[in-house]
Amino acid sequence: MSDLTKPAPATPLNTRRRGIIVGASEGIGAALARKLAKEGYTLALLARQQDKLNLLCAEINQFTGEARAFAYPHDVANYKEVPALLQRIVADLGGLDVFVFMAGVNYPPGGIDKYNFENDRIMIEINLIGAMAWLSPVAEMFQNAKAGQIVGIGSVAGDRGRVGNPGYNTSKGAVAIYLEALRNRLTRHGVNVLTVKPGFVKTEMLKAAQGGTPFAIEPEKAADDIYKAMKKRKQTMYTHFIWTYIMLIIRHIPSFIFRRLSF
Amino acid sequence: MRTTFTQLENFGHSLYAPSYLIQPKSADEIYSAFKLAKKQGLTVTARGAGRSYNDAALNGGGIVLDMSAMNQILDWQPATGVVRCEPGVTLEMLWQKVEPQGWWPPVVSGTMKTTLGGCLGANIHGKNNFKMGTIGEHVTEFTAVLPTGAEITCSPKKNKDLFYAMIGGYGMLGIFTSVTMQMKRIHSGLVTVDAWPVQNLSRQLASLQDGAPKYDYIVGWLDGIAGGKSLGRGQIHAARYVHEGEDPNPQETMKIKNQILPPRIFGVFPKGLLHYFMSPFMNNFGTWGINTAKYIASLRTHTFRQPHAAFHFLLDYVPDWELSYGKTGLIQYQSFMPKETAETAWTEMLKFSHKNRLPSYLGVTKRHRPDPFLLTHAVDGFSLAMDFKVTDANRKRLAAMLQEFDQIVIANGGRFYFAKNSETSADTALAFYGEETVKKFKKLKKRCDPNGLLESDLHRRIFG
Repeated sequence: MSDLTKPAPATPLNTRRRGIIVGASEGIGAALARKLAKEGYTLALLARQQDKLNLLCAEINQFTGEARAFAYPHDVANYKEVPALLQRIVADLGGLDVFVFMAGVNYPPGGIDKYNFENDRIMIEINLIGAMAWLSPVAEMFQNAKAGQIVGIGSVAGDRGRVGNPGYNTSKGAVAIYLEALRNRLTRHGVNVLTVKPGFVKTEMLKAAQGGTPFAIEPEKAADDIYKAMKKRKQTMYTHFIWTYIMLIIRHIPSFIFRRLSF
Repeated sequence: MRTTFTQLENFGHSLYAPSYLIQPKSADEIYSAFKLAKKQGLTVTARGAGRSYNDAALNGGGIVLDMSAMNQILDWQPATGVVRCEPGVTLEMLWQKVEPQGWWPPVVSGTMKTTLGGCLGANIHGKNNFKMGTIGEHVTEFTAVLPTGAEITCSPKKNKDLFYAMIGGYGMLGIFTSVTMQMKRIHSGLVTVDAWPVQNLSRQLASLQDGAPKYDYIVGWLDGIAGGKSLGRGQIHAARYVHEGEDPNPQETMKIKNQILPPRIFGVFPKGLLHYFMSPFMNNFGTWGINTAKYIASLRTHTFRQPHAAFHFLLDYVPDWELSYGKTGLIQYQSFMPKETAETAWTEMLKFSHKNRLPSYLGVTKRHRPDPFLLTHAVDGFSLAMDFKVTDANRKRLAAMLQEFDQIVIANGGRFYFAKNSETSADTALAFYGEETVKKFKKLKKRCDPNGLLESDLHRRIFG
């Protein structure tokens, strides 16, 4: 006789960790939602498209046989709505252990000599300011609670400014810096901040990528990697793993060479 | 009114819930918190000392009222032994007020850290439950604020239905603002204690049943590890009040300084550190060693005199003892069984725990009698409280075992107590309370709290 409108209660022997995933309707966000639900999490799933969210929640609740996923339609650009929505979700879930920000957009300008401020602005508004609008009240909450875990999404694209997509590089680079700052603030309060830097992942976003997509992985693989890193309370992780080494090299390419490259 | 967002834990350190903490200082401020909750779409729970082993004083994501600032003893009449207190007064404050003048709280828990509000909410019992009943039976009147803002006064005559429902109602109908209670006259600061060993469960229960009428207090220790013929062995401690004239100098023995437990062992070793030395023994083998040694030591039948505080507040003897169970904490499983079925049920449960290699590290037995409260946990029989260590590795197996236990308890007409059990589900609660009782309680809840503002994690768990 389990009530499917409310999350099942947490008990000492069935701890049911509670999480929020912003940007859960597709891609890595959706894959991570499935993974965390399988691992026993109760989840609030946020995205713009309510019908997609509802489908995902129904699917998760079906295969876990319990009410574990709840849909909250939300537009990340609607910053003002965030504090009240966060309060409501935490009350609905009965607490919060993990906050995951996966929302992101990528609009390449379409050539290394093209510029598009409107698209750049949208990428900053979603990928960076949208993240900050959530992460700032969540960080405060976790700091006061002296517990919690934040998972934010950067990208291999945020490690260097490159010719292909300056706006996207900036948004991802800046969000990684913001996450690092939160980590430095929150570690002393017992809060873990994990920065996820995916390489190529076979999602809708990948269709925007120009050129080759080496080491492209399925979103499910990315979600498994992220879950492992969460369990180990890591600081930064690349997925696929090989990007750790590729980016180590790329980060150290001197500017006089990098300026002349066309990737 | 300041709101702080903070992480709250249960006493066993096995559950945690972030909440908006508010510390009200008056009935008006409690009502303001209700108004705030309604405006914000949040729920409210009162929290006393946070000594429940389960989720009774937790409200994840909601508002928690920390009642510890409402801790004044409003009126004390040493001539009649009637005391009126705010709900945040702890048993420690209470006995220290009344004892030097020859009175003692009629019912106390195993720790003195609990608040009166919490004690009434859970309708606690002591080692004298078979004789004095629950704490609620000594309350002559209380006042409370309902979520509607109404301030009500209840006694066994006035607002009778609410009196018998709010005591033992786990704070789900209203928040206590004052409690009037009758204290018990004592003629010495000491009690006379008899201690004797019991070889198995059958003798343990027989000792409780036959011993109870002869004593004022009785309690058993049960070795959760011993099996075979020794299953359920342990030791009984039974105490009598010292009668008038027996103590040549009651003024002296009733002084607080002669009651309180020394903070150091042998005058040198600080007890605050003791839990560190206990934690290496908190495993099956270590506890087997401790229990065996303890049982051998208990084989000597003996009589001694002990201060009230030392006899009652055994859980305070080792400060922070719950920390010895480690980071993942402990849970307590307490079942109340009718005297006819107790032995069968607990034999089955103890054997089951041995088979699963999940023995209880501490077992405590008591003798009980029924009481007139709506959500009563009492039976004409016995209770057995078992502490279990929680680890990341045993969670699933322990949960499965406790589900089996629940079935055994229900099948044998037993009941549960919600200051303790943390795993009992709504279905199990419905099964032992009975549909009639739950319906009655929900009807009262609707009347007192039409907007459903009062909710704790416990309430969501057992009443859905």
